[in-house]
Amino acid sequence: MEGKKPDTDRRPRGGQLATRILVPTLTILLVAVVVASTSVGTIPVAPIEAMKIIAGHLIPGMPWMSDGSLTPLQDSAVWQFRLPRILLAALTGAALALAGALLQAVVHNSLAEPYILGVSAGAGVGAVSFIVLGVGVSSLGIGASAFVGALIATAAVYLLARKNGRIAPQRLILAGVALGSLFSAITSYLTISTDAQNVFSIMFFLLGSVSAATMQSLALPVVALVGVGIFTALRARALNALLVGDDAASSLGINVNKLRTTVLIAAALLTGAVVAVSGGIGFVGLIIPHIARIIVGSDHRRMLPVAVLSGAVFLTTCDLLARTLAAPSEIPLGVLTALVGAPFFLWLLRRDRADNVGTGR
Amino acid sequence: MKVTVDRLDAHRGGRRVIKDVSLTVPSGAVLGLIGPNGSGKSTLLRALCGIDTPSGGTVRYDGTPIASLGRRQLAQRVAFMTQEHNDEFDMPVLELVLLGRIPHGKGFGRDSDADIAHAQRALDQVGARHLAHRSFSVLSGGERQRVLFARALTQDTPVLVLDEPTNHLDIAHQLELLDLIRATNRTVIIALHDLNLAARSCDEIAVLADESLVSHGSPEAVLGTELIRRVFTVESTAVAHPATGQPHFLFDARTPRFEPQQSNALNTTPKGLHTP
Repeated sequence: MEGKKPDTDRRPRGGQLATRILVPTLTILLVAVVVASTSVGTIPVAPIEAMKIIAGHLIPGMPWMSDGSLTPLQDSAVWQFRLPRILLAALTGAALALAGALLQAVVHNSLAEPYILGVSAGAGVGAVSFIVLGVGVSSLGIGASAFVGALIATAAVYLLARKNGRIAPQRLILAGVALGSLFSAITSYLTISTDAQNVFSIMFFLLGSVSAATMQSLALPVVALVGVGIFTALRARALNALLVGDDAASSLGINVNKLRTTVLIAAALLTGAVVAVSGGIGFVGLIIPHIARIIVGSDHRRMLPVAVLSGAVFLTTCDLLARTLAAPSEIPLGVLTALVGAPFFLWLLRRDRADNVGTGR
Repeated sequence: MKVTVDRLDAHRGGRRVIKDVSLTVPSGAVLGLIGPNGSGKSTLLRALCGIDTPSGGTVRYDGTPIASLGRRQLAQRVAFMTQEHNDEFDMPVLELVLLGRIPHGKGFGRDSDADIAHAQRALDQVGARHLAHRSFSVLSGGERQRVLFARALTQDTPVLVLDEPTNHLDIAHQLELLDLIRATNRTVIIALHDLNLAARSCDEIAVLADESLVSHGSPEAVLGTELIRRVFTVESTAVAHPATGQPHFLFDARTPRFEPQQSNALNTTPKGLHTP
């Protein structure tokens, strides 16, 4: 050792990039997209006015809230209609990206995504049952029954994948796919056997949308994201070890079975919490973790923050486009995530850097 | 650190693989574990480092039973180099080696300079420093073995358990790795296939066959043509190395086990096919 302090190029590459450049950049980008998005719509609001309205609601006693410079219409457009859906898009993107990254690590499979455990299919059955059997269409009722459906699906997949007290990753994936098909069949049957006026609500939920969001509906996703985020941060190194194999992780002092079980449950709860509110938005949970890995490597301490922020930026951007491209009508969010994300991901996949995280084979 | 195995029983897939194995490895000694395929070497090694819980008996590190140690405490005492590596997610060599610091660190936060120094030193020791920023999946078999050994070294434990670490290595790298293992001054338990290399590199040899420990002692005391015939069913000739006088084994042929039946079957020609 020639010096006491290792020079920067001795450290794993990607560390500096993630902490010094990407995380701040993505945070600024997220704020910018949120502000831009709050000022876009049929009622004209300048970005600076949108920021004033948001600040005025968060900090009491701001002069511009009572001097008549902002119309009540502008205020309600930004605070009641635009901001909740934009924040829900950000939360959903972040949560699905985090859940996807966790599942890929614990099941040793890069094709895993939040919906592979049948969670979204379970939520679908819950929501559709409520719409078909329920007295009316209330978004709170749909959300609650979707969450219950997601929990039932998670519990079923978990119990099916357990043998001798251990979770087998392959069995988990297969059980999730099989149960997902079963739940989808039930959803399809309920959909075609119900009254025509219910079908629109059902499709709306199944395709995924953030347009019905209220500030109250954000509570569950916020709690889930913060809780699982902290839980994950404490286990980031253990998750790194899990990437190279169960025996290696065990010999590094990690209780593999406990880690796999708790992370699975955390990811399922997180997925259930956002699916209950925003429906089945695909693609984010599969692709965003890979993009983060390609850019900063597999180390979860760098990859997870980048994935969470990228997921939020990606879905808020998609929501902005969904509202504006075909205005006044709206493009389903799930359609846009694939239209925007797939070409970008395929371009990234073809670059040499992708080979360093295992996509070269 | 002394490793004591006392009356160990182990099952794998519902079948008993290790029966009543007792042995002691003195602190700083290199114990070579030999035995035919399926004799339970891997199972014994996995029980030694606490990856699988034995069905009976105890393993002690300096007198402390591993059952009374937490996983992390155990991982600060023993490092395990496995054959297994999951390739689904690739990572650079340095990051892979740095995983060895997990038992010494917290769950998050960046790697300390001391962690990096440990990893660099281990890579230097195995002659793989130039590979630090390469992707693990593009390495050759020999480079992979050296990197995985560097990870075990980085774990900085008094005991190393190595499951056939010389696999995939050419003869130069086999000798180099075994010399490296000897030079670490740690207590080492190593499964090996090459009997001559085991005799050359180990202080003690333990022989596993049919679930049990059949012999344990110095290489000179344990290894002989009779043991090789009994355990591996191979006929061999012992020769002394002209320079060092160390015994070496030349392997002649498989010991004919079922000779009478087999030779009869092979030599019997059906009647009527012979034309005079």
